[in-house]
Amino acid sequence: MENADLSLRPPRHRVSPTAIWFWGVRAALGWLVLIAVQVLWAVADDGNRAVHLTVLAVTVVAGLAHVTVMPWWRYRVHRWETTADAVYTQSGWLQQEWRIAPISRIQTVDSERGPLEQLFGLANVTVTTASAAGPLRVNGLDRATAQRLVDELTANTQATTGDAT
Amino acid sequence: MTGTGPGVDAGTTPGTGPGDDAGTDPVTPGAGDPAKWRRLSRRMLVIHPFQELVRSAPALIGLLVAGSTQDDGGHLWSLAALGVMLVLGTLRWFTTTYRVTPQYVQVRKGLLRRKVLTAPRDRIRTVDVTSNVLHRVLGLARVEIGTGRSDRKDGGALKLDALHATEVERLRDELLHRRPAASGTITSGASTAPATGRAVPSGTDARESFPASETELAALRPAWIRFGPFTLSGLVTVGVLAGFVSRIAGEGNVDLLSIGPVRQVADWFGRGALWLQIAGSVAVLAVFVAIASTLGYVLAFWRFRLTRTAGGTLHVTRGLITTRATTLEERRLRGVELSEPLLLRAASGARVIAVATGLRVGRGAQRGGSMLLPPAPRAEAQAVAARVLGTAGPLTAELTPHGPAALRRRFTRALAFCGGVTAALLALWYWAGLPAWAWQAALALTVVALPIAADRYKSLGHTVAEGHLVTRWGSIVRRHVALKHEGIIGWNLRRSFFQRRAGLATLTATTAAGRQGYGVWDVDLAEALRLADQGIPGLLTPFLVSGAEGR
Repeated sequence: MENADLSLRPPRHRVSPTAIWFWGVRAALGWLVLIAVQVLWAVADDGNRAVHLTVLAVTVVAGLAHVTVMPWWRYRVHRWETTADAVYTQSGWLQQEWRIAPISRIQTVDSERGPLEQLFGLANVTVTTASAAGPLRVNGLDRATAQRLVDELTANTQATTGDAT
Repeated sequence: MTGTGPGVDAGTTPGTGPGDDAGTDPVTPGAGDPAKWRRLSRRMLVIHPFQELVRSAPALIGLLVAGSTQDDGGHLWSLAALGVMLVLGTLRWFTTTYRVTPQYVQVRKGLLRRKVLTAPRDRIRTVDVTSNVLHRVLGLARVEIGTGRSDRKDGGALKLDALHATEVERLRDELLHRRPAASGTITSGASTAPATGRAVPSGTDARESFPASETELAALRPAWIRFGPFTLSGLVTVGVLAGFVSRIAGEGNVDLLSIGPVRQVADWFGRGALWLQIAGSVAVLAVFVAIASTLGYVLAFWRFRLTRTAGGTLHVTRGLITTRATTLEERRLRGVELSEPLLLRAASGARVIAVATGLRVGRGAQRGGSMLLPPAPRAEAQAVAARVLGTAGPLTAELTPHGPAALRRRFTRALAFCGGVTAALLALWYWAGLPAWAWQAALALTVVALPIAADRYKSLGHTVAEGHLVTRWGSIVRRHVALKHEGIIGWNLRRSFFQRRAGLATLTATTAAGRQGYGVWDVDLAEALRLADQGIPGLLTPFLVSGAEGR
């Protein structure tokens, strides 16, 4: 295999488009808490009005930028794919990560729905191997797809033997 | 195949009530009778209370020193607590039993909360035998049976504190050398299967013969003690000692400065110039740490021996006062790590650490059972690593450097971080009145960071040799790891925004052994993919494309 211009293609499937809203709302909630704390502090503290307003303005701008840019960027990046032999995920936005694990090394397949995810009808699937460093996580799948993925992986995994270490 | 850990709860264990374990003498052989529950050694009735006493020694000494200067019942309470602990320590002997069946090792313990820990025997990775002074005087040893749990909680470990030394010897042989249960055939489902019948040994796996022959792979030479001061392990000891002294002083309300000689030294010291004070403290600390480190080295590694037994295990024995013996199955070995902390590297020393499933690495490898060679000359370390791996190739192979882009990245990262911190502290000094020494210290740190960045680049390297992924990284602790390809159970490829711009990637080989993941840092993307493709052939093939279309 020639060394030059070898590259990794992205996995086949995108996550659910609803995930954009999920990520946006999740990030917004975090920023709102931060802003609320700052407002409370500004009200409690009499002096330094200018400093408080500047810091608050910076926070609001940074928060707005994060909430508007990050979800779309994430949606473009987050992808997943399974074949008969491997699970392959791509995730992140500024820092991106590709994870590949052979089906034969899978230890557990978990599906989870947090409160916010339930609100948006989403679920995530975590595939763990015997290594603590390598769980593969697919965020923002719609429930039906998540269930299908879990069933498929569980069926494939049962076909292999050994303790997968 | 859902990841049930080896520790199975009480309900699923094959039924034997607590009634049938009436006082088996641990010294009389019980190995032939798998159903028998065995007890810890009776002599532990002496040791348990002692251990509790030692554990609460600082409080006790404080009590003695203070006498009854203090008022009310605070001391009474601590005495009462001590009494309760003594009773509980003694009770531990009555509540702890264990047995070895052809399929399982089980330990029952707990007074109010009964616990049954069960480990399938084919999941046993290591047997760790420790005996401290008290144990040795009474001819006892503590046994810890290691399984492949990756979670870091201590609660589920199979510990037997303590057994008679001859019993320990037999238990270890039973567990690791001769395995009546055919090891390959039991999968994770077996932990819930009934354990009555003795499994038939499969022809190839039955190593029934007594493991008589041992080959020595390494033994401590007294000259190696010169590496003791470079390990810095004494730093912890000095810290603990300082803590101990201050605690005694605190509990007993002793004012250290009221002791004559201490006061004189402090007064004399206080008269010197500031730089003299700093230099003096550093020098004193360095001397103390060097002495403590050397002592620690001798205590921990005296009579160190690494041997390979015919049964397919590696066996490490060491220790001057507290002796420790670790037995590790070679089929759990996934590779070897050569680790060189900065100081040790300056003295051209290195240590060897096993990369094996079920062995923890990371929290002070000297304490863990994964140490295969204490700090020793680098050539010796390489030779031992080669003997353990069975081939010298992987750790002597020429490493491929990571190129100018990786070098630039090391410097930009060091400068960006230190520069950022310095700028922030400078701003805080200017506007918020932070003391000036903060940003000056940060600036000094930046100057130190540059040679470290250069060294970090020099450490970076990787190659593939004889079925091993070889990678090296780090400056403060440089690690050179050879990981067997069959030990790699997945790949993580990480690229930050700046790495993508520079065409670099950090490739991590995930594994169930050692540190759980070994990284090849800041390597060219195509090279990373080539490494990954060689490591697990065929895994990446459906996802690879050539040319720029993959972006």
